[in-house]
Order: sequence, then structure tokens, then C-alpha cells
Amino acid sequence: MDELLEILQNLHPDVDFEECDTLIDDGILDSFDIVSLIAEISDTFDVVIGAENIIPENFNSAQALYDLIERLEEE
Amino acid sequence: MLFTSYTFIAFLIILFLVYYLLPHKWQWVITLCAGLFFYAYAFKDPGKQFGFFFIIITIITTYLSARLIDRNLKIQQEYVKTNKETLDRDVKKAYKEKMRKKRLLILTGCLVLNFGILAVLKYTNFAISNVNGVIKLFGSEAAVGSVDFVLPLGISFYTFQSMGYLIDVYRGKYESVRNPFKFALFVSFFPQLIQGPISRYDDMADSLFVPHSFDFTRVSRGIERILWGYFKKVVIADRMLVGVKEIIGAPDTYFGFYVFLGAIFYALELYADFTGGIDITIGIAEVLGIKVRENFERPYFSKSIKEYWRRWHISLGAWFTEYLFYPVSVSKPSLKLSKWSRAHLGEKVGKRLPVYIATISVWLITGIWPGAAWNFAVWGLGNCFFIMLSEELEPLYDKFHKRFNVLGTTPWKIFQILRTFAIMCSLRMLDCYRNVPVTFKMFGTMFTRFNAPEVFREGLWNIGLSIPDYIVLLCGTAVLFTVSMIGRHGDVRKRVFAKNPVVTVSVCSILLILILVFGAYGIGYDASQFIYNQF
Repeated sequence: MDELLEILQNLHPDVDFEECDTLIDDGILDSFDIVSLIAEISDTFDVVIGAENIIPENFNSAQALYDLIERLEEE
Repeated sequence: MLFTSYTFIAFLIILFLVYYLLPHKWQWVITLCAGLFFYAYAFKDPGKQFGFFFIIITIITTYLSARLIDRNLKIQQEYVKTNKETLDRDVKKAYKEKMRKKRLLILTGCLVLNFGILAVLKYTNFAISNVNGVIKLFGSEAAVGSVDFVLPLGISFYTFQSMGYLIDVYRGKYESVRNPFKFALFVSFFPQLIQGPISRYDDMADSLFVPHSFDFTRVSRGIERILWGYFKKVVIADRMLVGVKEIIGAPDTYFGFYVFLGAIFYALELYADFTGGIDITIGIAEVLGIKVRENFERPYFSKSIKEYWRRWHISLGAWFTEYLFYPVSVSKPSLKLSKWSRAHLGEKVGKRLPVYIATISVWLITGIWPGAAWNFAVWGLGNCFFIMLSEELEPLYDKFHKRFNVLGTTPWKIFQILRTFAIMCSLRMLDCYRNVPVTFKMFGTMFTRFNAPEVFREGLWNIGLSIPDYIVLLCGTAVLFTVSMIGRHGDVRKRVFAKNPVVTVSVCSILLILILVFGAYGIGYDASQFIYNQF
């Protein structure tokens, strides 16, 4: 989780990613951010987040994103 | 059958009566029949009937492909479930991959067929004209003859909607529809068939097939929305069109300040035309009890191009993002490129390169989606340029905002809105003049040929609009602006209706009177098609 938070923090240093759960709903993460994020996650965690996983529920909070990574790692 | 024709209005009245008078369980069948009749009517002229069958091909191939994909997925799930204890992880993974490839093959086949039809019908003549251009460059007089295709009405919209459905089924987002006629209704739902919105199956399914009893509040709100759409279309858009056509049609006569005026007029015409059409669509659906997604959210109040595209033709933007931008930018080759570019070109450039490649591709396609012509391609790339520029300038903006503390202040917001509006108006000139060199030339005349005093003195009255026209346009625009301002705080109709049903009835009556009195009919006016119908 710390690694993920670090990636997110590098993307938007001004956002409190531990608390925020409306990253997509409030437009904090846009499509450019999401693509950069996926590229970094694929490097760090060795999982592939496919386009079918790009839905608000998976990207609205750091925790939701971490859960997605864990799910994909298990598969 | 144009939305603005008397035939369509008669068709609507008959449909509404039949819809609520016959047993409600048949409503979806009635809507399907109405949709097919509406669509077939568009091909009633001799020699054009063939065009009707393209939508049937899309319905059948998409339906069957989705069913096959679903069946494959179910077989896979069943097999994995039954053999859970005996299958080891690698065997299971290999089996899943084998089945996924089969599904991918079905998906690809259907996508290629349907987008192939769209591409052949829409872009063959564009390709031929470019080939002829190249032949001419080499000094030859030979030319390939153009092909006279019947472009089926709304082909882009129904193809995108159907393919979105198929991709969702492939992704396992929801199950495929069992009943082919219900799927046919989803594709051919007539109000949105010709200019969108591009609906998602899971958004519509809940309300599309269930019976709806007559609800006075809902029906009157729907009628209110329909009338609001007609007001925008026939009172504002069609009247504005006269001035726009005159200015654009004679670039040698109308240059300098006229071009500026034409760009503003076109912005208002396009907004009133397209949002008016969508209001009619959503209003009809509302009367029928069917939920259709909103397609606009006060786009001219956007503070950046990126925001504008989140608020203008929302369903198309969402489609491109979901089914094109993301799959391309998170594909394996793209991620590999990202890794490579970060290692070789540095973190900053490396991060952006794959995203920018995907963005350019998407905008090029978005550009040529409305029309197969270079002006549209340049328009798409122009949008892309400004989006990438604003992305690159973001650190500079941040510094500026911090230094001058202007972010969020009203004057700065107004500046941002006007800046966005100006950029969009400038880009749209490519859509107006439909010729890249002419557009750049006319854009240049705004700064090189100062004729504003002359335009105000006499020019304004020479472009086909009279003083009463200007008064109607000014008042109409003021109404649009006011409604948009109120709309920032919630659905205007809900707030109007919540107060008193009498208010809604009054609003409907006023709108009807305004449409009948001030609608652009008669000599000098053409009951024009909606701009987006041609796409």
C-alpha cells in the first residue's frame, strides 16, 4: 500500500490519498493520470490492469485501487 | 422523417396514444415497431431502400456475437467450477486463455465487420478523392470515379452503441440479451437513433423493456422538454442558420469582423441545434418512461478544453475514452513503450509519450468521425493540440495561480470561460468553411482587415437577418443563458415543477406559443435537418 501511495503522491502531491474516496467522482484523477498510474503500477506490482478494470469504483480511492491490484495478483 | 416535420409530430402523437392505450406489456414491442417504421421511412425513396438493411445486419451480427461470447464464458465458468479441485493453477490459466482467445476472435470479427461497413460507406469517397489528388500531383488526368453509396441514417450512432454493448459483454460487464427483438429495440430506439446520445445497454435496459403506466408528472415533464428542444431548434438555431450560411457562403464578401460574428453565430446555432435535438430525444423517451443519459452539461461554461469535452456530447466522449483511449493506452505495446521511453527518454517525456500517442489517435478518429474530410481531421488534431498544450503548461499555470492568487476568483473564472469559448469558436471555423486553407485565411482576416464599424453600420442587415430576427435571437440567447445559469444549481424542470404543476402547464403553453409565433418557418427559411443527423 505504501508503494501505491507513493506513486499516487508523485502524481498529485497536494491530494490526501489516504482519506480521499472521490478521486474520479471529483475529477481529481483524469484519463491522463489514470494511464500514467496504470503504467507505473504495472512496473511496480507486475500486474496488468486492463481497460475493463477502469471503472470509477476501482479508482475512486487508494484503497479501492489497492484491492484491485490484490485481486489481479491473485488471478 | 425530420424531427421538425409535421409527419414526425403526427407520428409522435399516434405513438403516445397507442403506447398508453394498448396493454402496457406490449409497450416495448410498440416502441420497436415505431422505431423500425421511423427508420424504414427514411429509405422510402426509390433506389434507397437498400440502406435500411445495414441496421438489420448490425443487429443480427451483434446479437449473435454477444450470445456466442456469453455462451463461451458460461462454458468456461462451468468447467472451472466443476473441475475446481482437480485443475492446477497453470492448466486453469491456459484453459482460460484459450477460451478468452475464442471470445476475442468473435469480438474482433464483429467489430471488423461493423466498423468495416461504416468505413466503406463513409470514407470510400474520401479515400478516392485523396487518391485522385495524388494522381493529379503526378500530372495525370486520370481519375477514379466516386461511388454513390446510400449512407444509412445515424449509422455512426447505432454502430457505436452496438459495438459498445458487444465490448461490454466481452468484458463480462453484463450478460447478453436473450431476446433478439429486445436487442433490436435497444439498437433502433428511434429518438436517439439519428443523433445520439450513444447509450449504454445497462443504463437503458431497466426502463426500456418494462411496462410504464401513464404518469402525468413524468409525461408533462417530457412534453416540456420536447417543447424546449423545439424552441431551441426552430426559434434560435434555424434563424441563426440564415446569417451563418450567408457569412460562410461568401468568404470574399464577408471577411474581418464578419468572420468573428460568423464564429459566434455558429457557436450559438450549433449549441441550440444539437442540444435542442437531444432535448427532443430525451423528452420523447421521458414521455415513454425510458431513461436516456444526458449528453450536455452547460459546455459553454467550461474553463478548459478538457472540461469542455467532458460536457459536450458526453456520450461520444465517454465512448471514445472507454472503448478506444483506455484500451489503446493501457495495451501491452503501449505499456512496453512507456517502460522503454521512461528508461531512454527520461521520466517526464517517457510518462507522456504513450498517453500522447493514444490521445492523438483518438482525436484524429474523433475528428473524422463526423465527416470524411481533411478539415475535420485538422479540427480533431487542433483540439488535441490545445489539450496537450494545456497539459504541458500546467506547471506554469500553477505558478501563475500561486503568484497572483487568482484561482477560483470570479474574474479569473470568466476569463477561463471566455478563453475556452474563443478557442472552441476558432477551431469550429474548420467545420464552417469545410476547407483548411480557406479557414486559416478567413481566421487571419479577423486580425488584418478591420471592418467592424462598417459591419455595425450596415453589414449586420445584409446577412439575411432583420431587426425582429436580431431581437428574437437576443431574447432567445438570453433565455438560454438564464436557464443555463439556473441549471448550475440543479435540474431546472424539477425546480419549476416542484413548485406547482400549473407552472409546468404554463411553461409548456408559453413555449408552444413562442415556437408557433417565432419559429423560423416560411419563405426564406428551410425546415433544416439537425446538424448531427448527417453523422
